[in-house]
Amino acid sequence: MARPDLVRMANQIAANFRHHPEAQAAAEVADHIRMFWPALMRRELLDDIATGGFDPLVVSAADLLREAAPA
Amino acid sequence: MTLLKEHDLGTPGRPGPATVELEIDGLAVTVPEGTSVMRAAALAGVDVPRLCATDSLASFGSCRLCLVEIAGRRGTPASCTTPVETGMKVSTQTPRLERLRRNVMELYISDHPLDCLTCAANGDCELQDMSGAVGLRDVRYGYAGANHLDAEADESNPYFTFDGSKCIVCSRCVRACEETQGTFALTIQGRGFGSKVVPGPSNFLGSECVSCGACVQACPTATLEEKSVIDLGVPRRTVLTTCAYCGVGCSFKAELRGDEVVRMVPYKQGGANEGHSCVKGRFAWGYATHKERVLTPMVRDAIEDPWRVVSWEEAISHTADRLKSIQDRHGVNAIGGITSSRCTNEEVFVVQKMVRAAFGNNNVDTCARVCHSPTGFGLKQTFGTSAGTQDFKSVDSCDVIVVIGANPTQAHPVFASRMKRRLREGARLIVIDPRRTEIVRSPHVEADFHLQLSPGTNVAVINAMAHVIVTEDLVDHDFVAERCDPAEFAIWTSFISSPEYGPEATEEITGVPAAELRAAARLYATGGNAAIYYGLGVTEHSQGSTMVMGMANLAMATGNIGRDGVGVNPLRGQNNVQGSCDMGSFPHELPGYRHVSDDTVRHQFEEAWGRDLDAEPGLRIPNMFDGAIEGTFKALYVQGEDIAQSDPNTHHVQAALGALELCIVQDLFLNETAKFAHVFFPGTSFLEKDGTFTNAERRINRVRPVMAPRTGKQEWQVVCDLATALGYPMHYEGSSEIMDEIAAMTPTFAGVSFAKLDEVGSIQWPCNDAAPLGTPIMHIGKFVRGKGRFVETPFVPTEERTNRRYPLILTTGRILSQYNVGAQTRRTENVTWHPEDLLEIHPYDAEERGVVDGGWVALASRAGETELRAHITDTVPQGVVYTTFHHPVTGANVVTTEHSDWATNCPEYKVTAVQVRARMHATPAAQSPGLRPDRASSDVPALR
Repeated sequence: MARPDLVRMANQIAANFRHHPEAQAAAEVADHIRMFWPALMRRELLDDIATGGFDPLVVSAADLLREAAPA
Repeated sequence: MTLLKEHDLGTPGRPGPATVELEIDGLAVTVPEGTSVMRAAALAGVDVPRLCATDSLASFGSCRLCLVEIAGRRGTPASCTTPVETGMKVSTQTPRLERLRRNVMELYISDHPLDCLTCAANGDCELQDMSGAVGLRDVRYGYAGANHLDAEADESNPYFTFDGSKCIVCSRCVRACEETQGTFALTIQGRGFGSKVVPGPSNFLGSECVSCGACVQACPTATLEEKSVIDLGVPRRTVLTTCAYCGVGCSFKAELRGDEVVRMVPYKQGGANEGHSCVKGRFAWGYATHKERVLTPMVRDAIEDPWRVVSWEEAISHTADRLKSIQDRHGVNAIGGITSSRCTNEEVFVVQKMVRAAFGNNNVDTCARVCHSPTGFGLKQTFGTSAGTQDFKSVDSCDVIVVIGANPTQAHPVFASRMKRRLREGARLIVIDPRRTEIVRSPHVEADFHLQLSPGTNVAVINAMAHVIVTEDLVDHDFVAERCDPAEFAIWTSFISSPEYGPEATEEITGVPAAELRAAARLYATGGNAAIYYGLGVTEHSQGSTMVMGMANLAMATGNIGRDGVGVNPLRGQNNVQGSCDMGSFPHELPGYRHVSDDTVRHQFEEAWGRDLDAEPGLRIPNMFDGAIEGTFKALYVQGEDIAQSDPNTHHVQAALGALELCIVQDLFLNETAKFAHVFFPGTSFLEKDGTFTNAERRINRVRPVMAPRTGKQEWQVVCDLATALGYPMHYEGSSEIMDEIAAMTPTFAGVSFAKLDEVGSIQWPCNDAAPLGTPIMHIGKFVRGKGRFVETPFVPTEERTNRRYPLILTTGRILSQYNVGAQTRRTENVTWHPEDLLEIHPYDAEERGVVDGGWVALASRAGETELRAHITDTVPQGVVYTTFHHPVTGANVVTTEHSDWATNCPEYKVTAVQVRARMHATPAAQSPGLRPDRASSDVPALR
């Protein structure tokens, strides 16, 4: 999907969990993305995460998603 | 079945535990206290002659035909207005009564045309029946005196006539308009012999009449008569079925001659509507036989090519070959499907099964994505199940009704009538809406509070209400302690108590005065049974899911959940939104809302379907569009939806559809989406379907065919044929077998079958061993998820902001006479009331821009621009404009944007920053062929 949309959608999820402590919020963002985003979008997120524009919570969530992803 | 005539008991029932024993014509009768003598007699099998009485209306006592004698009492009281008493001995047939009734009838008939043999109601006329019942053989008075035989007929309504010469002034129509519909459009003008029924100072079409048909149904003569009956004759047989319009899901008697529909009459035993209807369900069914319906499959290689009519066999094999070729070249995930909330549960179930088992992926989504997906998410998080909590009847027990982001008189009119009745009985009303909708103030209904918030600030308002309830200690602590998770409650209490959520702090954001909000919150918490009813004004926001959870928090905190008269109730837009979601239409959920990653559940389906299923969520509709534009998603099957008109950001949708290698549309008409299609499978109307719909109260109703499919196939058969051609054999002997499979695979449907539905009428899920007759009210004693879960709901403002270029906020919605994208209702006489979409604009905003009422305007957002005519009104606040999306020529979604709910990607239809500019005249593209530029839109008032 278009990168601006990917960034917007991921950051929007982060904004709705930001009220929680950072580690908890990152886990919640990762869990939401895992439950509802198709694999293709998750892959795009992981591919794009280093290019900037993402909320720090999304970056942390991406780490969790990467850890959980099958090798 | 032959023509079904429901037994009219004369007056409404009086349910209650106390009973009264009496004797009628020597028969012992036991009835509830408060029952009328007329109803008691009818229950005993003795129908007392009557004209002004009917069991849907309060007794009136005007016709003097239902007189009876009661032992020990003087005179001949009217049985409709006389309540039963213990030991009463009633006689309904005596020489004196017979003489009196004949005399009364003689007077009626002396001022009534004697054209029975040529009258449209011949054989279906209570006046005729009563003449026979009382044995009238002679009329002594003749027509020489004053009479009403030359009274003019009013033919203005497109669906029914009013012939004053046949009126007996029984007031049933006037009372139906008041009691059943709640519109108060009719009245009796004049006195004595000069009394007559009038729709206000104008004719029916120009009046406040909403054309619900209640008056026509109540009329005991041919005064108010369906034009279809006049044209075709009285019906001969009945098929019980379910309306295919909104999520109320009204039960109807389809009354027929052969397989031709003569009229649709609301069914009194229908659990959702109990005998009431609206202009769409009652009258707007003619689209099913409209000349523009496509009845044969068609294919074409490119969307620029003309359509080629082909056989079903060729259409199926052609489509299967192209789908297989695409998957061979682009991978298994390059194709997907969209199910429809206008199709039956059985039709939806087979589409998602085809996608998962035959396509081999989870790329199935549904039109609920763009309406109530946040409802499913939010209620599952908090209560544990993705559905409303109550039955519609529950509103009869409400003390406080909260309507949030819903316009029930327009979008759910039959339920709105029920709600208005309760409000007239004294229930209090809180409306939370940027617009002053009709429910805020209508005849004998006025909201105690109208919290006129700025669009996009729902969550700030619901949080402020919760803040008041917690900080003023209005919490139902016993309920919370017993029913909810204490740890989650403690966290939520701490969260919501923060001053930033107080109404004084949020007033500037929401525009709702703090004192007003505090008072409304107190009323909700302390006013008795309080229920929330909400619509797309809640869900179609960037925080739609958060708002749903916020409402659930409020209900739990105040103990307003788990009994009659309370709850959190989504008003679903389309007839089978609930059902299409139940059937596993979302890419992350199998039927019954179970996640595809749940190995146990998935393995059950794999075993039953004989295929390995993907454990990953599939593509959602926006993902499909993005994939199409990027070239990774190549083929889309669209079942009964017009995504090119209904989905946001039309330019983006059109670009996606135009990029597809294969677009398959299954629909009644060549809609906007079909312009991008390569295969067209003709669909079936609700009059041909055989299956079930599930309405907003989880009520599963049968949809029975009144005629064979005009296309030669049921839609589920087409899907099965396609799946089979793809190498995955799918075969069912009938749609009941599909329901049997649904029941076998879905715990909440475990006890549902066509046989059971035929036996009991309808069932509200969950229906299982624990609740064999279904569950009208959920979460009694225990939430589905166990303990109710409070969820923190921070307010995150939408990214869609007004600025100098786009200073107004556009919000979109529906109008009574039209339905969704209008594909059905635009092909009926309903266009009489709403021939075009209009832009509602506040007088101040209009004046500032030089916009005149009825004048053309350009409506522009950063997504696109369209043109339509303006309607200047203060029902919208300054700074907000509103329009409907029923007409493709307007294309309201040209201007809506890609913003969506954070959790579900439900589009943010309700907040789009726009600018409005006056135009001297419309560009040719904006001129609908059906529009007459010389006619002001105010010639006929919109149905409100």
